[in-house]
Amino acid sequence: MFYREAGDFKTSYTDDSQTFPIKFDRWRYYAVLAVAFGVIPFIIDDYWANAVLVPFLIYAIAAIGLNILTGYCGQVSLGTGGFMAVGAYACYKLMTGFPEISIVFHVIGAGFITAGVGALFGLPSLRIKGFYLAVATLAAQFFLVWLFNKVPWFYNNSASGQISAPERTVFGIAVTGPNTEAWAKYLICLCFVVVLAWVARNLTRGTIGRSWMAIRDMDIAAEIIGVNPLKAKLTAFAVSSFFIGVAGALFFSVYLGAVEVGEVFGIQKSFLILFMVIIGGLGSIFGSFAGAAFMVLMPVLLKNVLVGQLGWPTDLAAHLDFMIVGALIVIFLIAEPHGLAQLWRLAKEKLRLWPFPH
Amino acid sequence: MKDMSEGYTTADGRKIGGTMMEMKNITLRFGGVVAIKDISFDIREGEIRAIIGPNGAGKSSMLNVISGFYIPSEGEVWFHGSKRPQMKPYQVAQQGIARTFQNIALFKGMSTLDNMMTGRMTRMKSSMAQQAMWWGKAQKEESEHREAVEKIIDFLEIQAIRKTPVGRLPYGLQKRVELGRALAAEPKLLLLDEPMAGMNVEEKEDMSRFILDVNDEFGTTIALIEHDMGVVMDLSDRVVVMDYGKKIGDGTPDEVRNNQDVIDAYLGVSHD
Repeated sequence: MFYREAGDFKTSYTDDSQTFPIKFDRWRYYAVLAVAFGVIPFIIDDYWANAVLVPFLIYAIAAIGLNILTGYCGQVSLGTGGFMAVGAYACYKLMTGFPEISIVFHVIGAGFITAGVGALFGLPSLRIKGFYLAVATLAAQFFLVWLFNKVPWFYNNSASGQISAPERTVFGIAVTGPNTEAWAKYLICLCFVVVLAWVARNLTRGTIGRSWMAIRDMDIAAEIIGVNPLKAKLTAFAVSSFFIGVAGALFFSVYLGAVEVGEVFGIQKSFLILFMVIIGGLGSIFGSFAGAAFMVLMPVLLKNVLVGQLGWPTDLAAHLDFMIVGALIVIFLIAEPHGLAQLWRLAKEKLRLWPFPH
Repeated sequence: MKDMSEGYTTADGRKIGGTMMEMKNITLRFGGVVAIKDISFDIREGEIRAIIGPNGAGKSSMLNVISGFYIPSEGEVWFHGSKRPQMKPYQVAQQGIARTFQNIALFKGMSTLDNMMTGRMTRMKSSMAQQAMWWGKAQKEESEHREAVEKIIDFLEIQAIRKTPVGRLPYGLQKRVELGRALAAEPKLLLLDEPMAGMNVEEKEDMSRFILDVNDEFGTTIALIEHDMGVVMDLSDRVVVMDYGKKIGDGTPDEVRNNQDVIDAYLGVSHD
């Protein structure tokens, strides 16, 4: 009844182009932020942080990043895992090289380094499209993982070949290393997510976002009306890689603490994030969150139900988990190829008219 | 060669200025196929110039040469009195040349408004950092351009579909939005590739009115390709006729109508 535009008049173009044009949406958004910042940090425990919330937030950043490239600019990438690895290793080198600087800057710096690497591997996109580009980015995936395994400089010659995050603090509170509290991990990830989602939204609704979407929808027409395809594609690769690099840096330093590159940032990671983007909805920031939530929560939920409630053996549940998640993805793609974001949009359309049918 | 500063007055009393664009001996080859063969013509400031010809005559190729999508194998393109160096299509757009397409080439996933805002791409100046923060110039620029686009939305009478994704619009409206996207760039020269293809009589009348109004109100020079001879003869000030990549006629609609080569090309000639 109260979810509609009626009576909510816009008197300037700035008002009209805001992210949540409906007042109810705006308040709901503030409510979500208030709960995320004001309530969850006080009730969070290690299980919720490590199994659900922290991976959800980090994957959301990565999914937004891939969504910018694939959903908004139409360039398919299978190199997400590799770019996350770049973020992780860049963060590690920065952390160990400049220990006096705040971890926040290390993570952002890792993002910028990944942006440069991403733009470099984006160069083939100027010549090739679609599946061929996907294969080219696949090469990036394997090359980067190989590089971080082979060159000892990247892991500071450690005997195990792993990288592990030393303890770093923000405002005197440990956010990396073994002594980190659950709420600190959660809060630092949440801060990055909120800021980056806001940046992503700003970029995608403005000039750059329109140039990306123009390239996605019809690249020849885009070029003829004045979009520089070189600039549009390379900025998409750079911005996307920035997000993915930050996600990789947080994944390594805050979430895992120690990383073996082939295991953590392998091709599975690339596909996982691609699934998030496709299930969540291509070309939607909300979809990135929804997809990340789906892919993180579904296995946890299944495990809790199968092992916790039904008492099945863990290994059987683990196998079934693969099958059920796989089947869900297939069913989902057939039933709603535009993802969770589209379902959400339809629900809002209905809600706007409710209680009337039309 | 004609004097560059020469102008003329049309039958309905509009003053046409000097030469805006001049195509000099354009030849376009694709391997062994000659799409355009040694064609020269000019487009004057403020005029409506039509390019007509049977299917496969090379009209669209000509438009593609003008918009920089094809690079002519031989010949020169002169724009505003200077020879145009080889440039990319988006650089041509920056010079003030906009176009529509024969088969609608809108950005289907974007709203009408976003499509038209994209048309103003060449005028957007804010940096990526400003856009990321949605701060200062980026926000101000967005509102200013929105205002300019809204004027064109009013002009084309498409207020109601402002926020509709263009993929959902019917064909006639899509054509109109595409014209709007080209107009949003505030071009000096507007190229229309069959703006009335596939339309019914009412839609054609609407579109003709828009084309005349654009020329009249904004002073935009227009070059158009069209198959409907009634429309072409009514709208255009001068007509170029092409056949098999060659120019077979050039002049006012009346001159062209009475040109024997043109009549032969359209009606066919018996060879006995």
